[in-house]
Amino acid sequence: MKRFTRDQMAARVARDIQEGAYVNLGIGLPTLVANHLPKGREIFLHSENGLLGMGPAPAQGEEDFDLINAGKQPVTLLPGGAYFHHADSFAMMRGGHLDICVLGAFQVSATGDLANWHTGAPDAIPAVGGAMDLAIGAKRVFVMMEHQTRSGESKIVPRCTYPLTGVACVTRVFTDLAVIDITPAGMRVAEMVEGLPFDELQRMTAVPLLPPVAALGAA
Amino acid sequence: MINKIVASLDASVADIPDGSTIMIGGFGTAGMPSALVDALIRQGARDLTIVGNNAGNAEIGLAALLKARRARKIICSFPRQTDSYVFDALYRAGDIELELVPQGNLAERIRAAGAGIGAFFTPTGYGTPLAEGKETRLIDGRNYVLEYPLHADYALIKADRGDRWGNLVYRKTARNFGPIMASAARCSIAQVREVVPLGALDPEIIVTPGIFVQRVVAIRDDAVRAVAGAAA
Repeated sequence: MKRFTRDQMAARVARDIQEGAYVNLGIGLPTLVANHLPKGREIFLHSENGLLGMGPAPAQGEEDFDLINAGKQPVTLLPGGAYFHHADSFAMMRGGHLDICVLGAFQVSATGDLANWHTGAPDAIPAVGGAMDLAIGAKRVFVMMEHQTRSGESKIVPRCTYPLTGVACVTRVFTDLAVIDITPAGMRVAEMVEGLPFDELQRMTAVPLLPPVAALGAA
Repeated sequence: MINKIVASLDASVADIPDGSTIMIGGFGTAGMPSALVDALIRQGARDLTIVGNNAGNAEIGLAALLKARRARKIICSFPRQTDSYVFDALYRAGDIELELVPQGNLAERIRAAGAGIGAFFTPTGYGTPLAEGKETRLIDGRNYVLEYPLHADYALIKADRGDRWGNLVYRKTARNFGPIMASAARCSIAQVREVVPLGALDPEIIVTPGIFVQRVVAIRDDAVRAVAGAAA
């Protein structure tokens, strides 16, 4: 079966980020999205540790370790970018000023609950960082994740079994199989990977899905 | 003449007693006041409660303080990093208490302390394990969690330049927790790369006004050039 690669997923997310958007890309898979933002489209990247207008990684040898991203890797600042302290940075999140955040996830529930910070394993050292603030703060919360775990279990679940990051906060889920919106009516498929029948997608998803709107007439 | 410049790192931390609550600035190693933390290790204060974003990198700065077993508790948002093995071992052995706080709540609790706020309702963490047992309230259709300010006895922060009145400016993302921690502690101590004469800092761009700073100590740049790896 065909699946989107990680880069294809990132490119698909990037298509949904409009000119002028203030965006926070979470650690891990979401950082790939930056590589796919169309050149010429002005988008403001926010980093939780106090910068707006984040640019790409510096050339080797030009790293400045006072200028890093949330993953603590060296980055650059675009002309027009700004630095600010942590309380201001999280006011931008919590205050609803960010248009979009893109987060990775362990699980997303049918109602948009998000679990992405802790597996709950007894020997795991818990660490939350800015995940909970981002999840409830951005106007739209995109999740980017594999559709299934390595053992083939659906990561879209009726109720999250991992500890929650936020309640009813996810807007849209981008997986390697589909793009799915969380709507008041339920989880509605917006797009599927080419050649994947809706029934097959449903079989791999632990939550009842609503078919793509365009497909209704054909059904 | 008011002069907040302290002659040495050791003198700047000499009076910190055992059992103090100490804020330590920095996000990973950016903004970490390693020279002040090293002075604190030499000074010997123990049984400390540390407030900061992370729990130290490798065996420098905060990690060195933890390794010397001077802290009984840490309040932070992201202890686990690729090189946080000192904290990891202490935590697994039950030798350090951890209060995990979402990063924005950590920042706002510190800000609230400096601003004289008694408590505040925040949407962050509602419905999650980190809000268990806390008071909640439905306000205008949205659920919030009651959080209290975080005060400190001392704040150790790193700035770029400072003057004898305690005015500070920072460098790039090394600013992070510095300004809010300076306001939240009874005694804030800033290590700066350079002490400049009064009037040399443009008053339009002073980030931390001197009222929030009690001591300034000049050191050579001790910027840590190690990357911590993936972590928030």
